Amino acid sequence: MTAITEKPQLTPKDFASEQEVRWCPGCGDYSILKQVQTILPEIGVERENVVFISGIGCSSRFPYYMNTYGMHSIHGRAPAFASGLKIANPDLSVWVITGDGDALSIGGNHLIHALRRNFNLNILLFNNEIYGLTKGQYSPTSPSGKVTSSTPMGSIDHPFNPLALAAGADGTFISRAMDRDPKQLRDVLREANEHKGTSLVEIYQNCNVFNDGAFGVFTDKHTKANTTLFIEHGQPMIFGENQNLGLRLEGTTPVVVDLEDGKFTKDDLWVHDKYDRFKAEILMRCFETPGEDLQGVPRPFGVFYREDRACYEDLLHNQIKTSYERKGAGDLDALLKGTNTWTIE
Amino acid sequence: MENIKTKVPERINENKKVVTILFAGDSGDGIQLTGSQFTNTSALFGNDISTFPNYPAEIRAPQGTIAGVSGFQLNFGSIEIFTPGDRCDVLVAMNAAALKANIDKLKIGGTIIANIAGFDKKNLKLAGYLDQRNPLEDNSLGKYRTIEIDIAKLTREALKESTLGVKEKDRSKNMFVLGFLYWMYNRDMALTEKFLKEKFAKSPELVESNLAVLKAGYNYGDTSETFTTRYEVKPAPMPKGNYRNMMGNQAVAIGLLAAAQKAGLALFYGSYPITPASDILHELSKHKNFNVRSFQAEDEIAAITSAIGASFAGDIGVTASSGPGIALKGEALGLACILELPLVVVNVQRGGPSTGLPTKTEQADLMQALYGRNGEAPIPVIAASSPKDCFDTAFEAVRIAVEHMTPVFMLSDGYIGNGAEPWRYKTADELPEIKPPLIREPNQGDAFMPYLRDEKGVRPWAIPGIAGLEHRIGGLEKEDVTGNISYDPDNHEKMVKLRAEKIDKIALSIPLQETDNGYDTGRLCILSWGSTYGAVKTAVKEMIDEGYSVSHIHLRYIFPFPRNLEKLLRGFDHVMVPELNNGQLVKIVRSEFLIDAKPLNKIMGLPFSSSEIRDEAEKFFV
Repeated sequence: MTAITEKPQLTPKDFASEQEVRWCPGCGDYSILKQVQTILPEIGVERENVVFISGIGCSSRFPYYMNTYGMHSIHGRAPAFASGLKIANPDLSVWVITGDGDALSIGGNHLIHALRRNFNLNILLFNNEIYGLTKGQYSPTSPSGKVTSSTPMGSIDHPFNPLALAAGADGTFISRAMDRDPKQLRDVLREANEHKGTSLVEIYQNCNVFNDGAFGVFTDKHTKANTTLFIEHGQPMIFGENQNLGLRLEGTTPVVVDLEDGKFTKDDLWVHDKYDRFKAEILMRCFETPGEDLQGVPRPFGVFYREDRACYEDLLHNQIKTSYERKGAGDLDALLKGTNTWTIE
Repeated sequence: MENIKTKVPERINENKKVVTILFAGDSGDGIQLTGSQFTNTSALFGNDISTFPNYPAEIRAPQGTIAGVSGFQLNFGSIEIFTPGDRCDVLVAMNAAALKANIDKLKIGGTIIANIAGFDKKNLKLAGYLDQRNPLEDNSLGKYRTIEIDIAKLTREALKESTLGVKEKDRSKNMFVLGFLYWMYNRDMALTEKFLKEKFAKSPELVESNLAVLKAGYNYGDTSETFTTRYEVKPAPMPKGNYRNMMGNQAVAIGLLAAAQKAGLALFYGSYPITPASDILHELSKHKNFNVRSFQAEDEIAAITSAIGASFAGDIGVTASSGPGIALKGEALGLACILELPLVVVNVQRGGPSTGLPTKTEQADLMQALYGRNGEAPIPVIAASSPKDCFDTAFEAVRIAVEHMTPVFMLSDGYIGNGAEPWRYKTADELPEIKPPLIREPNQGDAFMPYLRDEKGVRPWAIPGIAGLEHRIGGLEKEDVTGNISYDPDNHEKMVKLRAEKIDKIALSIPLQETDNGYDTGRLCILSWGSTYGAVKTAVKEMIDEGYSVSHIHLRYIFPFPRNLEKLLRGFDHVMVPELNNGQLVKIVRSEFLIDAKPLNKIMGLPFSSSEIRDEAEKFFV
């Protein structure tokens, strides 16, 4: 008989550290933490092979609450720490936890370079459109006109569209989810993990202390049906209270149509193709703020774009391998000696 | 001016102990190549050597102007050599600007080799000679011996059979100079012949033309009968052993790599290009078959943070830069300090502040290395004294970083980074093993305590991938032993002191300070650090020979100091601290030891000459 010793199946609890979670009561971060702890046992990765790396900000406390390896680094630099970590050990499952200020303001440079190099890591960008840890200044994703402690007359900054930015940096996996929709968040996280390359997951996260309800129009049960669109690969884009609305692509313009007035059917709608870069970029540009009438183009959620492209760490290790094949393992004595030597007797 | 047309059939072979040659010309004239070829040949012959390249910050500075002059100073001798030489015996001036920029560096009676094509009206004007007055013709060079050679014409003549274009022909004129100097100093041309064959392996025509011009230069000296004297510089009585020529930045790279190998670790090198440190990146990128992971990061901050990330994963993370780049790394240095992960940061210093003088040397980043962080963040600082010493210092930086789980600063500078000298190379067996405090099992019952320290105050290094050692580290203050976040006032004070003690204890693992030259007590001690070594060494040697009560102490370890340093310094009536800054080490010595050390400062982007050291030292004997 063969004895098969299987490791016991891990549970979400196994991924929770003993540290007391110290976000404000009601913070959207709790939901995100829970969804991450839920999917990790499902994806079959050992705790010791997981590393969470964060920058600075409320979200960046995240690694302390995970019973894995982790580093709470410095403001904005988490993708750069993760780059070195991935090069040193490409086998690790690396998760970068960052916020809108961390990733898009002080750390904007590292974010775009991680995306273009395409390290195999997951970047979870908790977007709450505010600076929470410093008590409520506007962030690079706050809408223009936002009144905060540092903008008493309203912000005059034009906000970033994080997904369009990621596309500009040639990101290979670009997605959006929200704290208030745990199921969809878990689905996106699973797919982000499965993607080999830098996966960007923007997560709308409610800061109930400094920016409560920033995403209310997308999460409130009275409005969300008309303002949100959950995209699925290969499926037509349908939304609305009774699945009565659809999105058509007319030329390069997305247009909302009524499926009940007899003019259009499901077959006339835009079918999502996450591998189509150009259409994905149009979808990312669906970024208008819903008005009072809730009539505009809805805000899409899900996986917008996905592309297979070689990862930086693999390319680097291939070069190292090639170097070994061509030159043989380095001979330290030969290196110390160099090519031109002479002897003093 | 000597009448070089007098025919003297007999050639005199004159012996010289030391010769300093300064090659100078446009930055496109191949000056650095000519200089390094003469260097390698002389090293192979057995001379002791020191070199100093001095080139403009601009890649192609305006041709023919003073700003565009590139220089390569080479000091070689049959005695021990410690500096590239104060003033030169021979000045090779490829054009008028090269002469004007460097004539002050030539000894009275020294030789000028002037390329007369570089002294035409256009070049005289560009060099700023008033009314295009030609210094070769107006007797202003009477204090020197001038050899005028129409190098361009002779080069073209040597290549009259060649099918190369005029521009390509002219490009090999530096080989004519080199050939001529090889003749003048009785040098063998074999090494350069080999070099040219390898360099132009893909175009035999260029090999042929360069060799032809090289030989033409040599034969010109041999046959023209106008040159009556050849010089002989015999091999230096160097310690027995096997030698190679070594540049400072190259030595840093190889020292880091060797140390990683002796520690059994992969070397991660995160770097952003900056003058004068980029050569380290170039060198390390060549050695991927030593499992070197070189990473050209998006900026200086990513360069250091990626290195810290790699150290967390079990590589030895290294980053290098120069002053402005180091400034950007400050916050991450503090993180490495509180994380207590190994990291080496090399600063190849240049003139500052800000962008300052990118291609000139300075030692003004010592305070930055010691104190340039927020909070109490002690980081060991060690400094290299010469190009070859960069190897040992880089190796030692890795040893301290790994064995004491701390970031370490290694200071070099543009002068030694780009300088070269013979190095008695070591074998791998001669290098000590480095023992990383890696841990594979829980260290407190079944639990892993990431900040449980050993007797040296060093915490264990647990790398991701080991089950049971999962832990979180970060920039927030951590509780003693567990590493959990702690805002407890007593704990914070304790942790600050524990981290400081750990660094202080490094003093127990480093050698006691020795006097480099002279007695352990006396009237004057010259205390130096970094690249001032050679100039001080030369000055002190001369003074001791003349009977002065002077000693030389040179520091590799600046923080922590060797534990006997204070006692040693107290054995002298006076302590003088020469530095290429406005007085930095001198302040540390004064504040640490309450010793009335006196500064000698030079802030001109140039190294000290030994006479500058000597002149100041003599004042203590009046």
